[in-house]
Amino acid sequence: MTDLVTPTRPGADVAVPAPAASVRRPAGTLLAGTLLLVGLALLAAAVVALRGHGWLQAGVALAGLILAHSGASRWGRRRFGPGFDLTLWLCGAWLVLLVVAAVAAPMLGLPEHEDLTGALGEPILARPDLVTNHPLGTNNFGLDLLARVLYGARASLVTALTAVLIGMVVGGALGILAGYFRGVVDVVIGILTNALLAVPPLILLIALATVLEPTLRNISLGLATLATPSMIRMARATTIAVSQREFVTAARSMGASGPHVMLRELLPNVVLPLASYGMVMVSVLIVAEASLSFLGLGIQAPAPSWGNMIAEGEGTVFRDHPHIVLVPGTVLFLTVFSFNCLGERARRRFDPRRSQLEEA
Amino acid sequence: MTWRRGARILGELVAVLALVSFGTFALVSMMDVDPAVSVLGEGHTEAEYDEVRHDLGLDQPLLTRYVSWLGDAVTGDLGTSVVPPYSDVADRIADALPVSVELALLGMGMALLLAIPAALWSANRPGGRVDRAISAMTVGVLSLPSFMLGLIVIMVLANQLGWFPRAQWARIGDEGVYQNLYHAFLPALTIALAEAAMFTRVLRNDLITTLQEDFVLSARAKGMTPRQVLVGDALRPSSLSLVTLMGISMGRLIGSTVVVEYLFGLPGMGSLTVSAAQTGDFVMVQGAVLVIAAIYVLTNAAIDVSYGYLDPRIRRAR
Repeated sequence: MTDLVTPTRPGADVAVPAPAASVRRPAGTLLAGTLLLVGLALLAAAVVALRGHGWLQAGVALAGLILAHSGASRWGRRRFGPGFDLTLWLCGAWLVLLVVAAVAAPMLGLPEHEDLTGALGEPILARPDLVTNHPLGTNNFGLDLLARVLYGARASLVTALTAVLIGMVVGGALGILAGYFRGVVDVVIGILTNALLAVPPLILLIALATVLEPTLRNISLGLATLATPSMIRMARATTIAVSQREFVTAARSMGASGPHVMLRELLPNVVLPLASYGMVMVSVLIVAEASLSFLGLGIQAPAPSWGNMIAEGEGTVFRDHPHIVLVPGTVLFLTVFSFNCLGERARRRFDPRRSQLEEA
Repeated sequence: MTWRRGARILGELVAVLALVSFGTFALVSMMDVDPAVSVLGEGHTEAEYDEVRHDLGLDQPLLTRYVSWLGDAVTGDLGTSVVPPYSDVADRIADALPVSVELALLGMGMALLLAIPAALWSANRPGGRVDRAISAMTVGVLSLPSFMLGLIVIMVLANQLGWFPRAQWARIGDEGVYQNLYHAFLPALTIALAEAAMFTRVLRNDLITTLQEDFVLSARAKGMTPRQVLVGDALRPSSLSLVTLMGISMGRLIGSTVVVEYLFGLPGMGSLTVSAAQTGDFVMVQGAVLVIAAIYVLTNAAIDVSYGYLDPRIRRAR
């Protein structure tokens, strides 16, 4: 139906003619190198020389980062051709860094992140300062924000990734069944899907949080309930598209059984679009978990999660000590942004409808 | 629209509403702790717990309870809250709902006011400086959860510049329209920013596609200015998927309204539901979820039906 209405897929970027590729000139490389160096120099100057200047330090550091990004991306396009996308590489690097740091968090020798008595001698509400013992500052109990952000990443990533995996397995299975058998099975699964989608996501989570204890397991299950219905729809649509292709007809006419067709012919073609959709889903679920914890219904303080760390900025704390909100907020933003970027790229690559077009 | 299609939509609607209401009702049975213990607290006699269970109807089979609960709900009785001050759920919802509806509508309206000019400006020169800046901004905003957007809006407009109050709500009846809008501006802006980012992206892409059609070429050949072509010829045919998107994004709109109400401390459905969830007031949560889900399902069905009237091609395609 939407195909009739919209010539383009909503959210897809219309191809824009790339700016004419400039001729390789040493001057360009020189400019790129200068930008990169000046940017990095500004960043270093902000970290070391502007200590204690708050907003000015943050502003100069940000300007340095922008200059360095622009320089590095110019250099990359010259070196690797116009298709080079620095942002995409940075997104991947951020996620790898975050996952490694979150996994290794207990071994990094960080200051106290949760136990209030362990932070008694520490400074309270210290500003972020990269060259001290608390590079990202402390909260109003003296707990170290870097440690809390990393332990919060463990909670966010574990719940969101578990939920996406559950959603992919359950939703993928139901979707393939609905798309393969059609008829009554399809109608029943369809009504079930619609019923799950009929409650706005956050409202569904709040309702579940009312009756369930906020443990990691229950939060993952709640998030999986959000992920499953759209996974069912995705798997069903892909299955229907793939079922009409020649190799499925060939398998059927050679006498392949239903389970064989579903597992050997359909599943391998459904998995890739489903997985790339899962990437986008992870970012949606991280936001959902953060919202739930922000509302005080998810992971309970003093155990850290990005959502409840941001909620610590309640009232005048945020006005007087903005870093309490901005530190976990920035990490949350970068993570969601990275999953979005990589997920969108993967989705454009493995879009079932596009592959169908190429077939035709 | 044929009768058959109408009947099918209606049948599915009833089935979905029945499933949703049953799921909402069955929440109590999923509770980790005994509902009676959660209402009274620990350390009471078994007889007292039994009395509470009887009051809540928990001594009867699930289906019987569901039918009588649904019957009451349809006639406007959603029960009484199980935590002090034991208020009537339907009354509380009737107080809270107008606040949320006003916020959501204001947010939607402001989103369109932001998105349409931004999309026109972007589509005017695709790939240009303005287009790249706007699309970088939309991508950034789309990666920010609504509470972060709200906190940034508070930081800039309330804390640093001091132009707007950061909390409180002025009811239209008590303090007049002007005060009401003044207090609703920041929360509505927060809701609008997230929606506007999505709208801008979709409308820009549609505009660029429309601008490649023949009738635009002929309008240009007639000597019309780029502005006349954009606003006069391209905007209307491009706006249909915006309507689709408004339906799809309503779930997110409700979610961000909930978060924004909580953040700004506004007395709407979101604050009501969240505070009920925090105190374990499951009767209140059930009532609120039922009302929100019913509104959501019915609006989506209405939007679904209205496509046929907006675009004749869909009617013929069926």
